[in-house]
Amino acid sequence: MKRTGAQILCESLVKEGVEVIFGFPGGSVLPLYDTLPQYPQLRHILVRHEQGAAHAADGYARATGKVGVCLATSGPGACNLVTGIANAHLDSSPVIAITGQVARPFIGKDAFQEIDITGITVPITKHNYLVLKAEELATVVKEAFYIARTGRPGPVLIDIPRDVFVEEANFHYPEKVNISGFKTIVQGHPSQIKKAANLINESKKPVILAGRGVIISGAFPELKELAEKAQIPVITTLLGIGCFPEDHILSLGMIGMHGMAYANMAVCSADVLIAIGMRFDDRATGKVSGFAPHAQIIHIDIDPAEIGKNVRVDVPIVGDVKHVLRELNKQVVVQTHLDWIGQVEEWRRDHPAVVIRETDELLPQYVIRKIYEVTQGNAIIVTGVGQNQMWAAQHFWYNKPNTLISSGGLGTMGFELPAAIGAKVGKPDEAVWAVAGDGGFQMTIQELATAAQDNIAVKIAILNNGFLGMVRQWQELFYKKNYVATPLSNPDFVKVAEAYGIPGLRVTDKKLVIAAIQRAMEYNGPFLIDFVVEPEENIYPMVAPGCTLAEIIEAPWNKVKVHTGSQETSNL
Amino acid sequence: MNSKTKRTLVALVEDRPGVLNRVSSLFRRRNFNIESIAVGHSEQPGLSRMTIVVDGATTAVEQVRKQLDKVIEVVKVIDISEEPIVARELALIKVHATSSTRSEIIEIVDIFRANIIDVAPGSLIVEVTGDEDKIESLYNLLRRFGVKELSRTGKIAMVRGAAGEINVEPEKPETEERPRRIRKAKTA
Repeated sequence: MKRTGAQILCESLVKEGVEVIFGFPGGSVLPLYDTLPQYPQLRHILVRHEQGAAHAADGYARATGKVGVCLATSGPGACNLVTGIANAHLDSSPVIAITGQVARPFIGKDAFQEIDITGITVPITKHNYLVLKAEELATVVKEAFYIARTGRPGPVLIDIPRDVFVEEANFHYPEKVNISGFKTIVQGHPSQIKKAANLINESKKPVILAGRGVIISGAFPELKELAEKAQIPVITTLLGIGCFPEDHILSLGMIGMHGMAYANMAVCSADVLIAIGMRFDDRATGKVSGFAPHAQIIHIDIDPAEIGKNVRVDVPIVGDVKHVLRELNKQVVVQTHLDWIGQVEEWRRDHPAVVIRETDELLPQYVIRKIYEVTQGNAIIVTGVGQNQMWAAQHFWYNKPNTLISSGGLGTMGFELPAAIGAKVGKPDEAVWAVAGDGGFQMTIQELATAAQDNIAVKIAILNNGFLGMVRQWQELFYKKNYVATPLSNPDFVKVAEAYGIPGLRVTDKKLVIAAIQRAMEYNGPFLIDFVVEPEENIYPMVAPGCTLAEIIEAPWNKVKVHTGSQETSNL
Repeated sequence: MNSKTKRTLVALVEDRPGVLNRVSSLFRRRNFNIESIAVGHSEQPGLSRMTIVVDGATTAVEQVRKQLDKVIEVVKVIDISEEPIVARELALIKVHATSSTRSEIIEIVDIFRANIIDVAPGSLIVEVTGDEDKIESLYNLLRRFGVKELSRTGKIAMVRGAAGEINVEPEKPETEERPRRIRKAKTA
């Protein structure tokens, strides 16, 4: 039976198990929107800006491990997806972006709302397609989902001209894909694994540095087994948070610019560093030439191009983390590393990183801690970017994978609300908290309407300090408190929420934090709390840009370590 | 670029619109320093062969290879710099020629076993094939007559003998003939 391109697309999405599409209509995709009601199993959630659609699909993908789908029209609609697609690309999130295109005869004519979105997204997608025949659609969708979720995941864009949606063709959904240029190495090389095992077995001061690859691969139990068997402390990257229980005795928390002091110290002293499913981002490594100076580095990653890209590697293992760790665990012997663990514990005692100082003022860290306590850790935290993100990473303990959703690579302010909406749609039974800054929140504030219209019960905590806080902190520390373009004159967020039909509370008193959080949790629907916090609170510990992880600035109320403040070229 | 630091990569890519764009976009985006890139049909229908010359002094060649391999339409890519290879480049040189200089130019062209493929009252077009040094030498000799135009294809290369590592199917017997067509910027 002949079907239209739009029907073929919908049928294919159903075959791929898609439940929800985050989208925004427009001229080029009207035939598709006209067809959508024929497929009630495809729930459409109307966003208020296409960037929100891409972030929501990303948040959905990260919370569920499934592929997220977003949809936009041609031209400006497609362009508005770009930030969200780039965000998914940098954080290896499987997202399918479907865009309308002008009808085939108009392509290349600078027609109304025409843009070369496949050209624009070449560097920020894993792959993309311009579909010029309805009969190709099924194969393209099959390939796109396969590519998006296989190996190192990433976004794939499918651009479909308006007239392809109405063109008729036979529908046959392929069973298999055949892409000769797409290979994924799953099994690690046995001799490399053996080398790694020998190195680990001989090590005196090993550390594990685990990233999001562990979560994507589902290697939670394998990582735990490795750490416990050989008694190796586990440090995670920002996106790796949750891949190892943070309440575990061997967990040292996060590495990097705002990582735990003792985690950074452990990396600096380690003799063997086992990097698992991570990519040595500069925010994690600090000054790369001084990274893990005494360590032999084992790097396990599914993407061969990550090996040796940023950091020298002694034992590279290309493969799926779960498979590699299974083999590795067989060859790693039981050890205790008592001296090493003792040393690490001493650092942990002497350099506490998550102490909240005693004060009557309302501190942002305190808010995060109370969310942790009220939810008992059973929540998905979706952050914005900046101070709010770092406080959320530091002061909440994540014991399960996919419980911290954050824009790590691209650092997209405004990610929190739409991504939280996506996460809540994917995990309706979980409490989902969007932790926002007062600056970033206004970048995607319009998605309050999305949450209101579909009653998506995200809870929003704004850490409102009246500044673009992270930038202000840098201005304070590196630009002599020259606060240029960082003080904010904000709207009344509670009134804004109410205008969207979302109840809200303003909290200025420390004593009312818990009650407000409880009230938000009890409410059956989206809820906003505007926490008016201490305006000039800084994030500590901190490794200044251009410095090595050894040069830690600790909170002034903690013991202060040496800071050389080297002024070398750095990625500011 | 020092010829010692030059590295040659050969890639087999799907013959689809946008492939050259993906590859060149990758080089620009990753700040890879590319000296030349030549693309043409391969012996296998639907696949093109790309020869890429990279300056190994300024660019991490292994990163280029791995990043290229991530492009879905790149079926295979290998670094053949350490292999015994045959490499050729084609150049067309339009050189200023008068009745007094014409015979001298023809003599030089003959020594280089190059061809004159067009004669006009004031100029000649010389076609020369060979490795880079040969083309450079001829070009330098012809410069004093006045070179009006120079067009070069960029290097194409092949591993000698029955290496055939770059093939999806077994390689055909080696010939040193030029491929049928050389096209640059075919599928941009």
